Amino acid sequence: MKVTIDGIPVEVEPGTTILNAARQIGGDIVPPAMCYYSKLEGSGGKCRTCLVKVSKGSEKDPRPMPKLVASCRTTVMDGMEVQNITSPEVIEARKGVVEMLLINHPLDCPVCDQAGECHLQDLGFEHGAAKTRYEFDRRTFEKIDIGDKIQLHMTRCILCYRCVFTADQITNTRLHGILNRGDHSEISTYISKAIDNDFSGNIIDVCPVGALTDKTFRFKNRVWFTKPVDAHRDCDKCCGKTTLWYKGEDVIRVTGRKDVYGEVEEFICNTCRFDKKKTADWVIEGPRKISHKSVISSNHYEFTPLPVVKTNPVLMEANKEQFERDTRL
Amino acid sequence: MGRKLLLEHINVPGINTFDVYRSKGGYASVEKAIKTMSPDAIVEEVKKSGLRGRGGAGFPTGMKWSFLAKPEGVARYLVCNADESEPGTFKDRYLMTYIPHLLIEGMIVSSFALGANTSFIYVRGEMMPQIRILEKAIAEAKAKGFLGKNILGSGYDLELYVQPGGGAYICGEETALLESLEGKRGNPRIKPPFPAIAGLYGCPTVVNNVESIAAVVPIVNEGGDEYAKLGIGRSTGTKLISAGGNLKKPGVYEIDLGLPVEEFIYSDEYCGGIANGKRLKAVVAGGSSVPILPANLILKTVNNEPRLMSYESLSDGGFVSGTMLGSGGFIAYDEDACIVRNTWNFARFYHHESCGQCSPCREGTGWMEKVLHRLEYGHGRQSDMDLLVDISKKIEGNTICPLGDAAAWPVASAIRHFRDEFEWHVTNASEATTRNYGLAHYADPLPKLETA
Repeated sequence: MKVTIDGIPVEVEPGTTILNAARQIGGDIVPPAMCYYSKLEGSGGKCRTCLVKVSKGSEKDPRPMPKLVASCRTTVMDGMEVQNITSPEVIEARKGVVEMLLINHPLDCPVCDQAGECHLQDLGFEHGAAKTRYEFDRRTFEKIDIGDKIQLHMTRCILCYRCVFTADQITNTRLHGILNRGDHSEISTYISKAIDNDFSGNIIDVCPVGALTDKTFRFKNRVWFTKPVDAHRDCDKCCGKTTLWYKGEDVIRVTGRKDVYGEVEEFICNTCRFDKKKTADWVIEGPRKISHKSVISSNHYEFTPLPVVKTNPVLMEANKEQFERDTRL
Repeated sequence: MGRKLLLEHINVPGINTFDVYRSKGGYASVEKAIKTMSPDAIVEEVKKSGLRGRGGAGFPTGMKWSFLAKPEGVARYLVCNADESEPGTFKDRYLMTYIPHLLIEGMIVSSFALGANTSFIYVRGEMMPQIRILEKAIAEAKAKGFLGKNILGSGYDLELYVQPGGGAYICGEETALLESLEGKRGNPRIKPPFPAIAGLYGCPTVVNNVESIAAVVPIVNEGGDEYAKLGIGRSTGTKLISAGGNLKKPGVYEIDLGLPVEEFIYSDEYCGGIANGKRLKAVVAGGSSVPILPANLILKTVNNEPRLMSYESLSDGGFVSGTMLGSGGFIAYDEDACIVRNTWNFARFYHHESCGQCSPCREGTGWMEKVLHRLEYGHGRQSDMDLLVDISKKIEGNTICPLGDAAAWPVASAIRHFRDEFEWHVTNASEATTRNYGLAHYADPLPKLETA
């Protein structure tokens, strides 16, 4: 099937969603997604950040769709034409969604452990306004320890349901879900029970904001001061492929390996995540490639001199000191 | 005087019992359908009748039925949506209370037409009396051989169940209703797939309103063409209107679609005019979720033609000067009504009832309610009206289900048509706070609603 997104055509399999078709093209035309997670069945459609305009339904029925549609849950039709960043209507709607999401999500990035890895932070930066028009009290919650390794800070939750889907789909028992309705909704465990199973730690990885945090890592460092390194180990429960986050010589956090859209490639078990914090436990593969757009890449690792520098011996010599410093890092 | 198809025998003593209902010609459509018609022929009759869904959306019922997928070896379901909870709408409750067998009869015929062997009537949880009435009626019909195995010796089996709902407004949205019926939290599903393809338990399902299903009875009895002769244009047949507000004779009326709005409000046959000799100020024509219209626009269209009680006429002019027939919850306001308080009250309802799944509805409904609360209690600003319109635009059309639209339209339309009244609340703050609308027990500021 052929679909055109922001004027760029792509051939996709039937049943592909608009979002995934856009991901096959890549770049700026990929709609943001806060609640959709490709590894979780049934996720998506809730946060409304991925709204796009279908300006042509298909070759058979070229009528445009009357409303903006959630690209993560709408499958493509042959000949469909979609507008994302080329539609002012979409950008306006997305701004509105960001404003709504930020009503009950505090901008506490300076003290939030998710800072630097937060999808809402990126979305707010790209589509938000400098000032909110909301002047009323925000909802606040006490922090909840769900198990000895995970802390839930509901105040930051944007109710994307990802963690609920994760608990439903990759763990043995469902122990948490949504209580109440409307803006009183909250994620919680059944009568404050702990979430206790081998894969519970993945709810930290799927959380797009800082609502679910790793208690073994909380407040230990800012993510952009750490060094992410890909590593693996033989694990009888999971794939054992992880990213280790170093502070100096110490592994201070272990996470699943995330792709360019912030989704883990494979879920990992709690043993790998929480209990294996020594370099000796792992086979190191090498530095993790971080997008140069990410704040995590701000200090390091790969230094690729501009082409003109690479080919110009005078500039190469002038930048020698810089090259050496980067190599050391 | 309009013809009564649904409420013809409503005043007959004992019409809620099987024997009296049967003596008045009840269950004739079941006999006719099962003995003389094929399921497809019934669907054709419903198509011919032009019946449009009476729950609010107005989608052609026959067409909805024809979309039902019919894979081999997969069960099909008919679900009756009796989760009536739109503020201002109380017609289904009336019908279920006084003439429950009409609904049961409609369910049997409709289930036969759709090939469903198990059907459900999903009733709002608060309506316990109606649930008991329906259960009794089902037991009676079953005892007389109109339900259960081998109905009237035809070989057709049907089990009909009444299911109390969770008591949430959102459970009236068809996919949330199905979730709730499956025993889950009543959150709307993301469409597609539509219930006609994957509905209850993943099987093809039709969800129809009580009144739509009841209307199938006269359609089968008299034929779709006869039914289509009533009404006007694409708004065929009769419609139950639940009239409320400042009217002399509020109540449930069955009208021929196409009746002039003016006649409905002022004639003695229907509402008898505005109570206490006051003047009409505004009308919400189709339940709280539709745009409010001032008196001049509800009585006449922008082309100065009489406004009619029909899907097309009421929506003439779009949302700038028109509204919707919706579910037929007709609320009239007299000259003393405070539109700001009314709008705030609606906003409060939608805030409380939002399921919280999608961001614009979850956060936006609460935001609108708070701004309206401050306007009503004398803390508003001139910029609040523009803010409210902007929030409503950010919600409208961007949500999973129509609850977002339902929350946004009343606010946007109230400001469009009654902006001066909102501005008065800002400029005369102290006066606005001291008025008493018979709600004196509400202190200022109102205590925040606790979660249900």
